[in-house]
Amino acid sequence: MAQVHIDRVSKIYSGTQRAVNDISIVIPDGEFVVLVGPSGCGKSTLLRMVAGLERITEGTISIDGRVVNALEPAERDIAMVFQNYALYPHMKVYDNMAYGLRNRGMPKAEIDQRVREAAKTLELERLLERRPRELSGGQRQRVAMGRAIVRSPKVFLFDEPLSNLDAKLRGQMRVEIRKLQRRFGVTSIYVTHDQVEAMTLADTLVVMNNGVAEQVGSPLDVYKRPASTFVAGFIGAPAMNLIDADVSDDGSAATVGGAVIAPLEHSAILEPGHAVTLGIRPEHLRRAGANEKAEIELVVSAIEILGADTLAHGQIGAGGPGKSNLIARLPGTTRLEVGSKLPLAIDRSAIHLFDRETGRRIVSDKASQTEVTPRARLAAV
Amino acid sequence: MTDIATSLNNAAASETPEGGIRWGLVLDHAILIAGSLFMLLPVFLAFMTSTHEAVTVHTEGVQYLPGDQLVANYSTVLFDGIGFTGAVNGTTMMMNSMILGFGFAIGKIIVAMMAAYAIVYFRFPLAELAFWAIFVTLLLPLEVRILPSYEIVRKMGLINSYTGLIVPLIASATATFFFRQFFKTVPDELVEAARIDGAGPMKFFIDILVPLSRTMIAAIFIIMFVYGWNQYLWPTLITTNEDYFTLVRGIKQIIQVWVGAQIPEYSQAMALAVLAMLPPVIVVVVFQSWFIRGLTESDK
Ligand SMILES: Nc1ncnc2c1ncn2[C@@H]1O[C@H](COP(=O)(O)OP(=O)(O)OP(=O)(O)O)[C@@H](O)[C@H]1O
Ligand SMILES: [Mg+2]
Repeated sequence: MAQVHIDRVSKIYSGTQRAVNDISIVIPDGEFVVLVGPSGCGKSTLLRMVAGLERITEGTISIDGRVVNALEPAERDIAMVFQNYALYPHMKVYDNMAYGLRNRGMPKAEIDQRVREAAKTLELERLLERRPRELSGGQRQRVAMGRAIVRSPKVFLFDEPLSNLDAKLRGQMRVEIRKLQRRFGVTSIYVTHDQVEAMTLADTLVVMNNGVAEQVGSPLDVYKRPASTFVAGFIGAPAMNLIDADVSDDGSAATVGGAVIAPLEHSAILEPGHAVTLGIRPEHLRRAGANEKAEIELVVSAIEILGADTLAHGQIGAGGPGKSNLIARLPGTTRLEVGSKLPLAIDRSAIHLFDRETGRRIVSDKASQTEVTPRARLAAV
Repeated sequence: MTDIATSLNNAAASETPEGGIRWGLVLDHAILIAGSLFMLLPVFLAFMTSTHEAVTVHTEGVQYLPGDQLVANYSTVLFDGIGFTGAVNGTTMMMNSMILGFGFAIGKIIVAMMAAYAIVYFRFPLAELAFWAIFVTLLLPLEVRILPSYEIVRKMGLINSYTGLIVPLIASATATFFFRQFFKTVPDELVEAARIDGAGPMKFFIDILVPLSRTMIAAIFIIMFVYGWNQYLWPTLITTNEDYFTLVRGIKQIIQVWVGAQIPEYSQAMALAVLAMLPPVIVVVVFQSWFIRGLTESDK
């Protein structure tokens, strides 16, 4: 159990390419951190630098207050679960779990006790004499977990450990991993590109893009207050609607092609004519009531019926210069027709505003007051 | 036996549901049987000839039927002195061939695995060059470098020794190449898992890479053992003392003896040839089952 401190860490491949760019994160003891982001954003690279499998080009990583940059993986007191499990094919399940302990010179009796205990926890007792090829994918996954648990490491590292499993098993294992982590209280870093996994597992979510940590925060915080248009588009399915807009002359509304589409609460900080990106989640749009003012009118172009919900795809501002695509998530009972016009109302509080040039969130005074400080946070740089 | 069961099934399957015969299958088997006969006939003739007296062979040529000298000929070649000075018998030569075959195969496997390990898993200057240098020697068979090799072995005083017989041939570009290709297919995660488990380079090699390579080792062992066993030119150069003669050399030696009216012991040469065939056959049979089991029980 340990605090992990990632301090201004960068990874540069072949001279110029920055796979990880100046990332700083403080992970408190016992916390479950999930690194999430699109393919190639540097998640695995960052994780592998913590593991010691990849050299750290710049910055320092410390575990439990000790800088580990120059230490071999085995000396860092970490355990890692790989995507393809990386079990030793020629060793029995028992030996797969015991191998690392033997290499440490642990007495036989203690190894045996630890392996059997882990096997019991993971319900592997009857499989100890099998070889990996005689196991199902889910069982192999458990063995890989077991191999990590027996070491009782300071940090668990997971690199997309569930992506080779089918959807149902993935759901089960997700719950199980979380339970185990709570039970042992081991600081964990988990890499995934599945946002459901990320949202459900994380104490703290780190959303990465192009080697940069775009946002660090609790899952709900990231969902409610995405720090950038990238995060806004990445977290949540279907993705948040992002509409290019301008601030009206009196600063009280966002306009698209001169037409007001949403009222703003940010008047204090925005000058008129400011180019912004308006973010509205599909679930925060609702059909305007009969005697309610509809902020926007959606021309429906496609309908997806999901049962509980119905997704309406369509355009707003059709024909005009401010034409853009939009998705609304409506109750499953909503009846719609393609080509019809759908009046939509927007919750003011659900509107996100981003600077169009930088893509960063524009924080209104009110919003920043209610901001929850996550336990793990971007270290002050 | 499952083999028999399957072939019976095949026989049944060769008849179509209507009771007709699948001629394609019959033709396949005819070709296979003809091929087998073609390969086995010389062996059969050698064996038959080895059961006759040398005089019979000398006057009547190769024999098609068994003679009455089986025990006599085989015990002579195995236990009595044969060859130029009569100082060496078949058993000793068999031992020498064994030492050469095993030394050759095991030595090559060890050296090649270590070379491939270095090339695949370690970054050192000129690694790529080292690999290509090894690879290029594939194009240079032993015969090309036999004179300098002989000269070195002679200067080191290794003529008439097992060391001189085995060590100069022990580097193998072929085996190195095959192990390199195999090591490249071992997933990187396995190396990384081992590093996290605290296995250093030697431990990883011995605990993980060698066990994973066992089918490859079996395959290369078969090839190299037979290759070493059948060596003729090199042992002929390096061994002048009959105590170090190998079987393959011994066969030649028997036929060379032609003193005065003495007839070369053709039947004994045949007996020795038949004996010389046995160990490679045994090695192939034993290791092949190993090798095939390894292939079918895929690990990855
Ligand atoms: N050994 C390497 N040499 C050069 N570039 C590399 C190397 N390994 C990774 N990269 C690059 O670094 C970037 C980050 O890679 P990384 O494996 O961390 O991505 P990732 O976020 O884990 O993606 P995925 O979700 O696909 O696994 C990628 O652009 C990749 O091409
Ligand atoms: Mg990855």
